[in-house]
Amino acid sequence: MKELFEKDTWQEIFGSISKNRVRTVITMIGVLWGIFIYITLSGTAKGLDNGFEKAFASISSNSLFVWGQYTSLPYKGYKARRGIRLKVGDVEIIKKRVPEIEFIAPRNVRGVFGSSGGNVVRGSKTGTYAIYGEYPEYIKIATSKVYDGGRFINENDMTFSRKVCVIGERTLKELFEKGEKPIGKFISINSITFKVIGVHKFVQGGGFGDDGDIYIPFVTFKDLFNSGDNVGFFMMSAYKDADVVKVEKEVKSVLKDIHNINPDDEEGLGAFNLGKVFNDTLNFVNGLSFLSLIVGLVTILAGVIGIGNILLISVNERTKEIGIRRALGATPRQVRNQILIESIFLTLIAGIIGIILATIVLFSINYGTKDLTDFPYTNPTVPLRFIFGALFLMISLGCLIGMIPAQKALKIRPIEALREE
Amino acid sequence: MINIKDLHKSYKMGSNSLHVLKGINFSVKEGELVAIMGSSGSGKSTLLNIIGMLDNYDKGSYELDDILIKDLNETKAANYRNKFLGFVFQSFNLINYKSAVDNVILPLYYQGIKRKEREKTALDYLDNVGLKNWASHLPSELSGGQKQRVAIARAMVSKPKVLLADEPTGALDSNTSSEVMSLIQKINNSGKTILVVTHEEDIAKMCKRIVKLKDGVIVEDKKIKQKVL
Ligand SMILES: Nc1ncnc2c1ncn2[C@@H]1O[C@H](COP(=O)(O)OP(=O)(O)OP(=O)(O)O)[C@@H](O)[C@H]1O
Ligand SMILES: [Mg+2]
Repeated sequence: MKELFEKDTWQEIFGSISKNRVRTVITMIGVLWGIFIYITLSGTAKGLDNGFEKAFASISSNSLFVWGQYTSLPYKGYKARRGIRLKVGDVEIIKKRVPEIEFIAPRNVRGVFGSSGGNVVRGSKTGTYAIYGEYPEYIKIATSKVYDGGRFINENDMTFSRKVCVIGERTLKELFEKGEKPIGKFISINSITFKVIGVHKFVQGGGFGDDGDIYIPFVTFKDLFNSGDNVGFFMMSAYKDADVVKVEKEVKSVLKDIHNINPDDEEGLGAFNLGKVFNDTLNFVNGLSFLSLIVGLVTILAGVIGIGNILLISVNERTKEIGIRRALGATPRQVRNQILIESIFLTLIAGIIGIILATIVLFSINYGTKDLTDFPYTNPTVPLRFIFGALFLMISLGCLIGMIPAQKALKIRPIEALREE
Repeated sequence: MINIKDLHKSYKMGSNSLHVLKGINFSVKEGELVAIMGSSGSGKSTLLNIIGMLDNYDKGSYELDDILIKDLNETKAANYRNKFLGFVFQSFNLINYKSAVDNVILPLYYQGIKRKEREKTALDYLDNVGLKNWASHLPSELSGGQKQRVAIARAMVSKPKVLLADEPTGALDSNTSSEVMSLIQKINNSGKTILVVTHEEDIAKMCKRIVKLKDGVIVEDKKIKQKVL
């Protein structure tokens, strides 16, 4: 392929390109468009992927909520329409029987799902906030952070039913003076005094939750609201590689067993599987990437075929010229290489321009959505190997398609090309 | 230099076959300047194309410089053409988007000669045909005579053993024809073997030998006193 480094080769290619300028440009646009679509779509898919990942970051992507509802089927002498109350004691049994569970946190709450929240007072400032009774495990499942200087509820808080609380950013803003340090200060919840031990940084993640939420130890909650051993809902997270759908089934069947719910009852327990939602979203994004791959490939293919077509026409038009070259000593191989290089060159240039344009577009979208926190779109990158893959594909296709006009050029016999009319 | 014995050539067209050359016996020694004449359709171009390895023949033999030229494959024919033969055509056959010098360079390019050297050699040959100042011009900017001189420079640049010219003056007026023929004589005087196909008497008279073709055979072959320009 020493032709690649010959001025004549390039002079040749530019000669023939400039002879058919409009047509060349139109066909190059075909390939350019293909790679452009491919890169922008897969970059966008990646951006969404990153965006969703960021959106789900506040909560373990394999976590699961389960709560009691009303049964719909009679079972073991119990009638239907029986209300199910989950108990703290369920935790040990679930842990034992569903080994895929890494963390499980029983939770109680007042102030969401229709119940009234806690009346919180600090000096002259008051407010109503949702109050959560939490186990220390909670912070391991929800990846929301407690600000420096503070801490979350720990085992000792539980053992001694301490009156301590972790408040939200909004609570902080509404109950404290600007710049005031909340840690170690006191607030009163439903007329009981609590010591603030931390402020949590709220990240919108799965469903409910608010930047005003106040967390207190589960046992303290029990005393405050008289909730006994009842659990509002369980929040749990499975080990990383566990199948979240299967885990949900297992947990439910254990709970049905404990609470005498008919195994076929779909109503007795409610569940929200964040892991499944997460996976479905990922599947959607993956589907999008796949779609963009297919669309891009087809468009690139169409573009490359267009280039092959142009070259075929140009070979026809240049029959005489090729005949002259053959008479002057060009071997069939040299003629063929010339056309192949032309094909690859056109494809490659079109491809590179497409990649550059797509990069600019992706960059602009990223820049434009940078400040939109609600829009799940972050860093729309296309892996380098995809780009090189696409380039490689184009070179191979350009080569393959170029074979057709090249073969046609080979068939030109100088004697026929040169015959004077 | 050229040795042709009992050469036959037919063109097959469907079931028909047109017998164009019917036993040509013909030899050319080094340094000759031969005019090939004959009426239209008598097979002049066919003979020249066979000599130029642009076409095959059916029967007989053709030797160029003691090498038997028969049934060459395309690559070998291309290499021989490149090394041994120079072509000049009636319609010049320059590549229209290449400048004069780039046209002259082409045979050297196919010989694999380095670019610097190619350019220098090509310019020297353009100088020989008096067109050094036109080197960077496109064919469309040249007159017919100039184009033919570029074509001659291109044919000569690879130092061929034989120069083959098929009606080199066919598209030129008589003044420019003389210019071109004078150039051909000059090249011949430096020792080059040249075959010129023509059907103009006065062009033929500028050669040293006239071969007349009729109905596929040579009917006359005579040395003449050259009209020197
Ligand atoms: N490729 C071909 N296929 C079929 N017939 C051909 C082919 N080439 C030439 N012929 C025929 O062969 C005969 C000789 O053609 P040729 O071109 O050699 O004639 P010529 O002497 O050069 O004539 P002119 O003076 O018109 O150029 C003609 O009858 C022509 O029609
Ligand atoms: Mg002829």
